[in-house]
Amino acid sequence: MENKTNKVREPLFHITKRSNNAMKPAAAWGVRIAAVVVALILCGVVTVLLTGENPFKVYETMIDGAFGSERKIWALAQNTAVLLCISLAVTPAFKMKFWNIGAEGQVLMGGLATAACMILLGNKLPPILFYPVMIIASVAAGAIWGLIPAFFKAQWNTNETLFTLMMNYIAIQIVSYFCYIWSVPKGSGHIGIINSASQMGWFPKIGGQSYLCNILIVLVLTVFMFIYFKYSKHGYEISVVGESENTARYIGINVKKVILRTMLLSGAVCGIAGLILVSGTDHTITRDTAGGRGFTAIMVSWLAHFDPIYMIITSLLIAFLEKGAGQISTNFGLNDSFSEILTGIIIFFIIGSEFFINYEIKFREKEAKK
Amino acid sequence: MSRQAAIELKNITKTFGNIIANKDVNLTVYRGEVLSILGENGSGKTTLMNMISGIYFPDHGQIFVDGKEVMIKSPKDAFDFKIGMIHQHFKLVDVFTAAENIVLGLEEKGRYNLKKSVKEIQKICDQYGFELDLNKKIYEMSVSEKQTVEIVKVLYRGADILILDEPTAVLTPQEIKKLFSVLKNMRADGKAIVIITHKLNEVMEISDRVAVLRKGEYIGTVETAEANESILTEMMVGKKIELNIERTDVEKKEDRLVVDNISYVNHEGLKVLKNVSFTARSGEILGIAGIAGSGQRELLESIAGLRKLSDGTIVYNNPQTGKKDYLRDKTPVQIRELGIRLSFVPEDRLGMGLVGNMDIIDNMMLRSYRKGKSAFLQRKAPKDLAEKIIDDLEVVTPGATTPVRRLSGGNVQKVLVGREIAAAPTVFMAAYPVRGLDINSSYMIYNLLNNQKEKGVAVIFVGEDLDVLLQLCDRILVISSGQISGVVDARTATKEDVGLLMTKTGGENDGE
Repeated sequence: MENKTNKVREPLFHITKRSNNAMKPAAAWGVRIAAVVVALILCGVVTVLLTGENPFKVYETMIDGAFGSERKIWALAQNTAVLLCISLAVTPAFKMKFWNIGAEGQVLMGGLATAACMILLGNKLPPILFYPVMIIASVAAGAIWGLIPAFFKAQWNTNETLFTLMMNYIAIQIVSYFCYIWSVPKGSGHIGIINSASQMGWFPKIGGQSYLCNILIVLVLTVFMFIYFKYSKHGYEISVVGESENTARYIGINVKKVILRTMLLSGAVCGIAGLILVSGTDHTITRDTAGGRGFTAIMVSWLAHFDPIYMIITSLLIAFLEKGAGQISTNFGLNDSFSEILTGIIIFFIIGSEFFINYEIKFREKEAKK
Repeated sequence: MSRQAAIELKNITKTFGNIIANKDVNLTVYRGEVLSILGENGSGKTTLMNMISGIYFPDHGQIFVDGKEVMIKSPKDAFDFKIGMIHQHFKLVDVFTAAENIVLGLEEKGRYNLKKSVKEIQKICDQYGFELDLNKKIYEMSVSEKQTVEIVKVLYRGADILILDEPTAVLTPQEIKKLFSVLKNMRADGKAIVIITHKLNEVMEISDRVAVLRKGEYIGTVETAEANESILTEMMVGKKIELNIERTDVEKKEDRLVVDNISYVNHEGLKVLKNVSFTARSGEILGIAGIAGSGQRELLESIAGLRKLSDGTIVYNNPQTGKKDYLRDKTPVQIRELGIRLSFVPEDRLGMGLVGNMDIIDNMMLRSYRKGKSAFLQRKAPKDLAEKIIDDLEVVTPGATTPVRRLSGGNVQKVLVGREIAAAPTVFMAAYPVRGLDINSSYMIYNLLNNQKEKGVAVIFVGEDLDVLLQLCDRILVISSGQISGVVDARTATKEDVGLLMTKTGGENDGE
């Protein structure tokens, strides 16, 4: 009886969703780390094929670029902090299934408010009044920029993805406009370092480190968001609305109110990121101040499954890749595109690894076909 | 009649993670017979059939079609072996006509020729006695018509082995009769027909043989002629179950909820509820019967404050204050703030009553998380409640922190009903609370409803199984196309009475 028809063959493998036997967290992290290792190997191969450089040297350069000196480590920490801050900002929205891809614009508006305060009020108010005004203005600017699409979504159910995306372009143009108005020298279109003499509106150096203040702010925010999501009634409501709007209505959650409140928060945290970038880092503003991090942050947030603590790891990873890849380009005389190829490969693998965590591949059993 | 095996399954095993859906199942389906697959929910009936129709692939075991071993890797493979499955949820394009849906996706040689196809389809309909208007659009059709389209679709593709997954779940008694008569015609034509069901009376009526599954394992096959309901029940559940539902007499009758002349227009402009009036009394179970989609859902959601009515009033006679409270145009929160304890078990358990990705504790909190002025959640009380419900209602779960989506249908329902009862309601509404549940879980729910009734709660129970409605309820309100077509005394009414009322105003508009 055993197989007269040889055509009968089980497929080589089939894919099943791990719905009931989800991978243990440790195993899942193992898969993720394996993905990074494989990605690095592939990057090495690509590097050799395209440039003929020694791949180990390339990796060395990468690590050197991120951790090579104290200054580089601080820069890495700073980049991680900013990225983490924006990731924390988009997370409440995404948890609510509100596709806020407007973090870029919300950060810019926050930054613009910071710059405006520094330029217009910097030398007019005493520091004790000035700093609170600047902080409130930045947070409010980001919050308002986030609230506008939320209002339209809640009131008329507009598509938030398009709306927030368009708000980015508006924000960029507004910033360009003010860059011109406030440019130094007049008409150059660049603002340059604001208050470079008085350092009014700059975040203070802590222990001689200019970035430490930023990092501390973001760490406090991380803890705050973690608690907010896990233990607060607001966080609970966000989860319910995100999981099922019908359930939210059923238990009497005011969905519109939650959308508005959550986007207000999302925008406000973006405003803080803008504040950190302008007041704590660049001391100026350009239309590239957010630098695409509003989008990268979405990836950081998803990769961490919206968990603020995991986001520390994912944002560090992305920041490391960017720094390292940048160093490769400089050291080996390659242009930016090459480092972007490497970053692309690595991110592809990291995202791809989620597939293996959520799905199971069952191979044909050998003994079955004898 | 010479018995020719159409499908033979040998030692079929399928697991999903740690859960064994099917274990070493052996089964034979012959041509020219109707085989019922009987089993409680979660016994693996649908999984088994999905493996024959190419949706799942077995972990072990062999499938033989006409005596030859085959591999069915996709629904397309299944069609090549002339196997067609009619799923519980129809897969039709709403804006297409019946004929267009039937030919859709079929790879035919030559040009697309709908006229020619329509002729062929009509021939199939005439042959087996299907009543179907091929030019009618799907969205204008009743559930029964849609099902007919699905069956004809499968036949048109040449299937001679048909698998029907719970085909009678959404049909009225009259429609079931019609379905059974075409099934009999198909059987006479030599087709092999498999029906998945858990309704015993239908098994007895239609099938030649009955195969019973219990917890994924194949228990046995019996000739229907040699079986009776109690034998089958015993095979199905492993122990004998009293089929009688206890019904106590109504005490402390008070008009608790008076619904007067309410109407509701949905967002598509259809009047889904038309001048509905009724009274729910304390200490009694008011059943609501009707064809699926006749407005039952809208009615309950209107009372719960989830829908904006266009007309009418809903009055609640508050037993504590003795006052009348008007519920219309109030939100669920406002209703609760009036001190009205209204519990509601909605039809869509995971999509409305619970949050699938949250664990049992967090789902317990849904009703109560607002309590207290603190901005933070109190998880102590919900945790105790979760553990109490797991204990009291025998919820099968690895723990209170398991996401409810991982639980089986019956356990999900226990969690939901448990939470709603824990709110100590004065009005308890449940929509299809036993849909998809096995017999044991169903009885647990009936007992819970009876307990509520004895405590003086006004229970409103929307059901689909007329036997259950007649045995459990005190009065039955029959709704048809959004109108009340009658109220009967459940102690004296017959199934036929209710079935007739269900179709009274003509089932053309099924409200979908």
